[in-house]
Amino acid sequence: MSLGDRADAAAGSVTRADRHESFLVYARFRFLKIAMAAMAAAVLLYAADKPDGGRFGGTWAGWTLGIVAALLIVWLTWFGYRKRSYRKPEANLVAWLSAHVYLGLALLVIATLHTGFYFGWNIHTLAYVLMCLVIASGAFGVFCYVRYPRRMTENRRELTLRQMLGRIASFDEELHKAALGVADQPAAVIRDAIEKTVVGGSLRQQLLGHYPGCATAVALTYFGRADIAASVAQAAEIRKIRMLLEEKALLLARARRDISFKAMLEVWLYIHVPLTFALLAALLAHIVAVLYLW
Amino acid sequence: MTFDCRIAIVGAGPAGISAGVRAARRGVSHVLIERSPHLNDTIFKFQKKKHVMATPEILPLRSDLAFAESSREELIANWETGAADATVNLRLETEVTAIARGEAGGFALRLGTGDTLTAETVVLAIGVQGNLNKLKVPGAELPLVQYQLDDPEEYQGEEIAVIGAGDAGIENALALAANNVVTMVNTGSDFPRAKPANADLIEAAIKRGDIQHVTDAKVTTIEPGCLVLDVKDGQTRLKCDRIIARIGAAPPSRFIESCGIHLSSPTAYPEVSDTYESQVPGLYIIGSLAGCRVIKPCLNQGYEVVEYILGNRLLPADEPLIQAKLDETKVPGSVADLLAAVRRLPLFQSLTPLEIREILIHAQLHRKSPGEVVIRRGEYANSVFSILEGEVGMQPKPDKPKELIRMAAGDFFGELALLSGRRRTRTIVATAPSLLLEVDRNTMVRLVRSVPEIRQAIDAVAVGRYLRVFFAPGLDDAQLADVVRSAAVVEFKPGDMLIEEGARDDSIYFIRRGSVTISGRFDGREVVRDYIPAGNYVGEMALLMQTPRSATVRAAVATEAIRIDGAAFRMLLDRTPELRRQVEKNLQERLGLRQRLLSGAAEIRKIDFLVRQGVSEATDVLLIDESLCVRCDNCEKACAETHQGVSRLNREAGPTYATLHVPTSCRHCEHPYCMQDCPPDAIHRAPDGEVYIADNCIGCGNCERNCPYGVIQMAALPPAKPGILAWLLWGQGNGPGEDRSPAALAARTGAKHAVKCDMCKDIASGPACVRACPTGAAIRAAPEKFIDVIREARE
Repeated sequence: MSLGDRADAAAGSVTRADRHESFLVYARFRFLKIAMAAMAAAVLLYAADKPDGGRFGGTWAGWTLGIVAALLIVWLTWFGYRKRSYRKPEANLVAWLSAHVYLGLALLVIATLHTGFYFGWNIHTLAYVLMCLVIASGAFGVFCYVRYPRRMTENRRELTLRQMLGRIASFDEELHKAALGVADQPAAVIRDAIEKTVVGGSLRQQLLGHYPGCATAVALTYFGRADIAASVAQAAEIRKIRMLLEEKALLLARARRDISFKAMLEVWLYIHVPLTFALLAALLAHIVAVLYLW
Repeated sequence: MTFDCRIAIVGAGPAGISAGVRAARRGVSHVLIERSPHLNDTIFKFQKKKHVMATPEILPLRSDLAFAESSREELIANWETGAADATVNLRLETEVTAIARGEAGGFALRLGTGDTLTAETVVLAIGVQGNLNKLKVPGAELPLVQYQLDDPEEYQGEEIAVIGAGDAGIENALALAANNVVTMVNTGSDFPRAKPANADLIEAAIKRGDIQHVTDAKVTTIEPGCLVLDVKDGQTRLKCDRIIARIGAAPPSRFIESCGIHLSSPTAYPEVSDTYESQVPGLYIIGSLAGCRVIKPCLNQGYEVVEYILGNRLLPADEPLIQAKLDETKVPGSVADLLAAVRRLPLFQSLTPLEIREILIHAQLHRKSPGEVVIRRGEYANSVFSILEGEVGMQPKPDKPKELIRMAAGDFFGELALLSGRRRTRTIVATAPSLLLEVDRNTMVRLVRSVPEIRQAIDAVAVGRYLRVFFAPGLDDAQLADVVRSAAVVEFKPGDMLIEEGARDDSIYFIRRGSVTISGRFDGREVVRDYIPAGNYVGEMALLMQTPRSATVRAAVATEAIRIDGAAFRMLLDRTPELRRQVEKNLQERLGLRQRLLSGAAEIRKIDFLVRQGVSEATDVLLIDESLCVRCDNCEKACAETHQGVSRLNREAGPTYATLHVPTSCRHCEHPYCMQDCPPDAIHRAPDGEVYIADNCIGCGNCERNCPYGVIQMAALPPAKPGILAWLLWGQGNGPGEDRSPAALAARTGAKHAVKCDMCKDIASGPACVRACPTGAAIRAAPEKFIDVIREARE
């Protein structure tokens, strides 16, 4: 590269995404602006239509908002397919996600106006409630996407989870050797700490990162007691075990936090995606009901 | 006068055996004399099972010996049978110590046995290996000393000393270290003579403790079971079961000169005619001694030389290939004319006709009309051009295409980008009807490395070229003479200082290969603040402003720069106001740009981190901002889905600083390590810079071993799987991404090939990993963009 190229680069004559830009700020909030415009248009439409019998989905404004909302739902669902179409020559996925998030939020306003605030114990309101849940779970996903990635990196400090587990295993080996030099009871406590410590565990444990009765924590308390060493020679041995347990506990906490962060980044999808399909079914029922049975 | 035989062939390598078999088939009295106890000594010394390629593929084989791509063992066996079937008159374990003209014509060959043998003609096919150098210390004759290593597997659990820090010594030490305790005995402290990849490997092995390293050592005595060395702080005794000395070979030049052949320099190949006859009538030279490095043409030469001796005027086997190139471009004249024209080019004048033929087989001829673009600024270089006829013009200023620096017949161009490994810096157009010779990258890289005259020819024009391109296109040679005289090519190892902050020297450096970092003091420690790749210059500020150096400049990787003496350059500036104006203008621009230099502590540490990760020899790096990355691995899935089911990137692996992560993925190096030793020449660089592996990969694994970044893997491709909708709707298959479960890996039954990132060069919309990132965390960036990337990163 020469000086000339540098000037080119400084002038920003680049074609490819060459800087880190979050989906939230993508293209200077292009999709946020579009979503705002869509919401404003929906509100205007809603306000402009003043039918005699009160506002509901069956008026011309209601129909318009309903059709837009339904198409939007189908298009938003399409994201799941688009995300996995790797050869598509169109825009980057980050643009799609940006649009998915902001237009998804706009959907809440459009669909709510479509209802005309008529709710009841019927399939129509079920579809609406499901949609709200999908949007809420998606919003929670955005929250997780913003909150956890940085924490995850800070927690990892250059170790991958696999490396953390490897180090925990090597602490276990050391502990195993150390256990040979102590009496039966403390040896049993160490054995438990090696064998019964859970790293991942149940969904609840993974999400909360809370492991009551953790065998390593129990062992740490046990070896933290002042009166445990029977002799001076043993005191050194006990100190070493305590140190190993402390280091293992620190690493264990990091590994569990890592798993918990990863779980938070993924768990919302387990709500968002199935509810989306439930919404599609309810939406279909709603449309069929409206068209044929009204 | 009768001779013992009509043709005496000395040396039973590929060329020699081929000649012997031809002579036997033609029923000519002959003898094939070989120093070692077997045929094919050079190939014999290849590592076991080494895959030997039958290149160039386009060259027809005309030897009586069969030759196809095969293993070392098959090759040796085939040719032994071939020689035996033809009843070649073979004398193994016989050294020819002298060749003299016979009194009544012909030659007298003095043999190591003391006998003399007479022959009407002699074919020298002894290769260039020469005689291995032997240790000349007391005890060197002991049986624990050996000078070559046929099979490293033969030795287990021994303590072995390897003497010699060249490629042979390093390769032996590395191979032996798997099963033995190996000590490398080095006269210096590092490995300057070795190929960079080998030097890296041995340094890594030493660092890991796999190989002991004795530096600054001189062998004084060898005793049974012990090597006595002089080292820095006295004498040391190294216990060893075996000593392997790889201390080079004496070139055969002295022997050749004793035969009456004149050599232009000790490293030059002897001159031979079209019929392989040397300056001594009746004495023929073929094979690698005649400058032919590849097996297949050597075999052809063996056949041809016998036919020539018998008076049969065959055309060389490559003649039709070269003729076809002439015909294609409608160039009138014969191959001989072309050979002569190429030999007149300053770049190639030191080469023999055989070497030029070899170049021409791979080279391309181009006819260009006035106005036609020859090379385009911004593309990656895969070749160097020479002007056979006509004239071309280089556009020194991209915004003023009319302004041209003209080059005429005999000139060459395109070498700057080849040396830097980066994009072409200037567009070149034909300005008259021109005939151009384009020599491919691999050939050029080899020639620049091995032929000092070619290097000198390139160096000779370098200074003028840089000055004209950067500053003043109108400068003529007379104006530049003093500056050119003051200039020197300087090499820097990674971390070496070109310029020290506060110093009062005022040289200018043109970076022609590698890259440098600009650093300053920060928190009491030197940190990198900017990065400047090859094809740029540094150091003019101190010269123009007559101030001390404002920053430290260090080589980021192995770097080659041309240093121009400050005093000489100042004199030139005083004499040529045009030049001064341009240099000052450029400096102003630069100072403007320099404001983009990073100033925040976190930013400075990030660029420092990236440079220390070795990304400075990259041309394009995948960078992940972990504050945005949601670890969905869609990048890896996209990679696998667009590349036959095998992901070429590992998102999680690789170093991280703060939230900046460099995943394990190809960086498309300026000088790709993977290209260095690819037997089928399957690794190429596309015009946009993508380094990719073509379909003719043979799966030898050299590139995987040579890549210091671990981004190449040997993989068999998985069978095709159900489409995305079949998975989404009916749950068929495992979904997108590479399936690395044991069962899926077992289902990959095909042969393994090298796979790596090709930056999705065949996908119009760009790298799939970046496009598939939903959160904007993944980007690909060139090192010179890093500063912008970091500055714009969210903090």
